Amino acid sequence: MGKIKGAIIVDEERCKGCNLCVVACPLQILSLAEKKVNTKGYHFVRQIKEDTCNGCASCAIVCPDGCITVYKKKL
Amino acid sequence: MNEEEIIRPENLVYKKPKLMNDRTMHYCPGCSHGVVHKLVAEVIEEMGMEDKTVAISPVGCAVFAYNYIDVDWVEAAHGRAPAVATAIKRLWPDRLVFTYQGDGDLACIGTAESIHALNRGENIAIIFINNAIYGMTGGQMAPTTLMGMKTSTCPYGREASLHGYPLHITDIAATLEGTCYVTRQSVHNVAAIRKAKKAIRKAFENSMAGKGSSLVEIVSTCNAGWKMSPEKANKWMEEHMFEYYKPGDLKDTTGEQQS
Repeated sequence: MGKIKGAIIVDEERCKGCNLCVVACPLQILSLAEKKVNTKGYHFVRQIKEDTCNGCASCAIVCPDGCITVYKKKL
Repeated sequence: MNEEEIIRPENLVYKKPKLMNDRTMHYCPGCSHGVVHKLVAEVIEEMGMEDKTVAISPVGCAVFAYNYIDVDWVEAAHGRAPAVATAIKRLWPDRLVFTYQGDGDLACIGTAESIHALNRGENIAIIFINNAIYGMTGGQMAPTTLMGMKTSTCPYGREASLHGYPLHITDIAATLEGTCYVTRQSVHNVAAIRKAKKAIRKAFENSMAGKGSSLVEIVSTCNAGWKMSPEKANKWMEEHMFEYYKPGDLKDTTGEQQS
């Protein structure tokens, strides 16, 4: 079976930092930026562990604002 | 393999639906409305009804839904969305007509319109967001508020002797002869969201096939009104709301069972 790798792009300006994607991620590789905020003052979400995303799109599906775009590729 | 090789259009798995525009939503962080908006936009896109949809927005938080989903919208007076939808669908039967209402709109102020439109079997779909509270005006008690639940107008908790009992309007709708599909869903995790999407799709298809009225209740959170974090609100909903409002199909006379 081939390995699957994924990647996400977060629309940081649109993100409201609700934390729902962080909870939904089965690999627990997302986290809110602790010391950074966007122009609205929200701690936006970002990936904290490189190269671990498998592109399952759980984060994007639960995101109420549709901030996350997911890509997936079979190696 | 680096990220640039993965982030290419051919590898795209999930993206915000095209019908949902880039305007920032006014909803509070973590609000269930956003997820349901996304589902509605996705279903309309998948059905290819982008140019043939007329949606009716309620009064409540979702009153501004017309700002976010790029289909035709009509804004109805408080609770009167099913009546407006009736007229539009009767005059324009080839359109996909649905209403998007909250519990204060559908189950309180518009109870008469909702019940009668459903009982007449109008070929419309109703999406009913039930978060047991009046979210927009500051978290007042709604007819759907749970027993003992604290809101700004019942700060000591809802009490039967003073406020009566929570209204199970979806269960009432299931007993009406005009409805063909009545279901209760939620959007608190990925599996539930997928199921809710299927339910919305089915309701929209019933509307187009002229099978009767469909009602999709979505048990939702109002984390700002409940004064909780979005994550905690989801947990609270699972623990308390599902006891009163059990997810699942309440009525389905269309003959196709949802898997």
